[in-house]
Amino acid sequence: MSVLAIETLNVTFSTEAGPLHALKDVSFTVPERRIVGIVGESGCGKSTLINAILGLLADNGRVTGGRILFEDGNDLVGLDPTAMRALRGLRISTVFQDPMGALNPVISVGRQMVNIQYRSGLSKSAKLARATEMLELVRIPDARAALRRYPHQFSGGMKQRIAIAMALMMEPALLIADEPTTALDATLEVATIELLKDLQRKIGCSVLFISHHLGVIAELCDEVVVMYAGEVVERGDVRQIFHQPKHPYTMRLLECDPARQTERTRNLPTIPGEIPDLRARPRGCVFAPRCTLAEAICAAPQVERDIGRGHRVRCVKAVSPAEAEA
Amino acid sequence: MLAYAAKRLGLSVVIVSVAMALLFCMIYLIPGDPASVALGPRASEAMKEALRVRMGLDQPVWTQFWNFYSSAWRGDFGNEVLSGRPVIEVVLQQLPYTLALIVGGITWSVGLGIPLGCWAAVKRGSFADRVVGVLSVAVIAVPSFVVAIYALLIFAVSLRWLPAIGAGEPGHLGDQLIHLILPSLAVGLGWVGYIARMVRASMLEVLEAPHIRTARAFGLPDALVTYRYALTIAILPTVTLLGIGIGQMLSSAVFAEIVFARPGVGRLVYDAILTRNFPVVTGAVLVTTAFFVLVNLIADLVIGALDPRVRSSF
Repeated sequence: MSVLAIETLNVTFSTEAGPLHALKDVSFTVPERRIVGIVGESGCGKSTLINAILGLLADNGRVTGGRILFEDGNDLVGLDPTAMRALRGLRISTVFQDPMGALNPVISVGRQMVNIQYRSGLSKSAKLARATEMLELVRIPDARAALRRYPHQFSGGMKQRIAIAMALMMEPALLIADEPTTALDATLEVATIELLKDLQRKIGCSVLFISHHLGVIAELCDEVVVMYAGEVVERGDVRQIFHQPKHPYTMRLLECDPARQTERTRNLPTIPGEIPDLRARPRGCVFAPRCTLAEAICAAPQVERDIGRGHRVRCVKAVSPAEAEA
Repeated sequence: MLAYAAKRLGLSVVIVSVAMALLFCMIYLIPGDPASVALGPRASEAMKEALRVRMGLDQPVWTQFWNFYSSAWRGDFGNEVLSGRPVIEVVLQQLPYTLALIVGGITWSVGLGIPLGCWAAVKRGSFADRVVGVLSVAVIAVPSFVVAIYALLIFAVSLRWLPAIGAGEPGHLGDQLIHLILPSLAVGLGWVGYIARMVRASMLEVLEAPHIRTARAFGLPDALVTYRYALTIAILPTVTLLGIGIGQMLSSAVFAEIVFARPGVGRLVYDAILTRNFPVVTGAVLVTTAFFVLVNLIADLVIGALDPRVRSSF
């Protein structure tokens, strides 16, 4: 049973220089009570994906194909704005990247948390009590007094914990966490990850966790989706992706992780080249122009293949462990 | 908030003091002898000398400055040349009419400007947005005395909907309000344009902010997001703009008071200049300056009340 199932999702933005195909045939599922990580470099379509799920695509963006099935098979694509808004904040909640800018600067934390509960039918004091309880849960000291304060009076780490408290207050089925720890320093990052994991267990929700930080993904997630240039290039459980990566992009991405460097070096490894122009996608493999293993066959369109136990790769050259032995 | 208010108040006192010093310098440097002006061309030298002594003009400049400065703070600007009444009394008698005109002007500009700007921002790029844009520039471009004359011709002379001149019967509030409609429109119409444009621009900026995306992601109703979460922030530059705008409105008030034959400080200054009634000019200018500074103090306090970040930075 999955909370979120995305099936061959395509998103296109109309720009002055022609249509920009931002997401191409994206498919993955977020099973119940699981944490799924999405990893990829900047511009790979992570934010577009979140906006598409939330129905908050910019005016020039449009879902041009595919389905976003939520909970009992409700398709979020083409859902009318009222029904979509009814889900947002209640069944699907979001924690955004920038804790400095994600909270309203001129409304007190308590008022913002009360406003989020506008559909709960509780009394004002019950809403305040619930807000206090959530702030205590994310370990904000003196939670009752904190409700009267404004976002700028908290540190970055505290603001992000408040954002997490807001997002989980309504006990959603799905929490989307968009790089929630990227703006925090390393010690806070670890603490926030642990808090998130802890709360996820308590509430029993699923989490879609977006990050470009591989260490965080490996630490937190059950399953991983690797995205490149708006396509899912590889997905599977966290061990398959980190221990047996099959797509050349995933392999290079893991090699580039500074945490994996075992020797002192002045030059960290990089992947030469840039993400292709999404207005003119290559017909074949989208990574081929930067891939050191590319061959003539890579110029043909790629399909996603299951190479065993749910490990799916969009690369003709990827072989399953069984095939490798043969 | 209290410390913030105290600091702003202190700053206002300094600004008024500087304005007084500048005003004194201007009076001092104006060519011509105030005593001969006051007494007219046929006065004898002895009479002029006596008046100079009485006005303190024979004292050294620093003593004159100190006399001017200390009496001005007490509200004593001397006596009117013609009737001999204290200037402060004359000015304060006219002040309520001008205040009513300014408040009316603000009501027009805020009452129309903020909703129009907001509407244009929410409907960005639509036909309505473009219409608001063109109209804003149009009303900004038209001088207030032109608005005053045309408003008078259309609504008072041709259509006869509203009274043409005067400030209404004293003590009769309804009548006074009806007499206020056209003059305050003349004073405020240009500011409808300024405010609409300002609100539209800052609304567009705020609506793009990450915290608005957060609010939407929590499924908050559109009206709550637009008017409480976005407009409260977008309105801040407008409050500052309006504080400065009061100065402009004060100068438009001179025209409106003359065109509509209303009493008021603007008209008082105009008449005083024509009759060379300099103590009245000085008193009226200082009272107006103090009013302008007070309004800006209020604007700062309003911003402090709306924006907790400003409050705690003091």
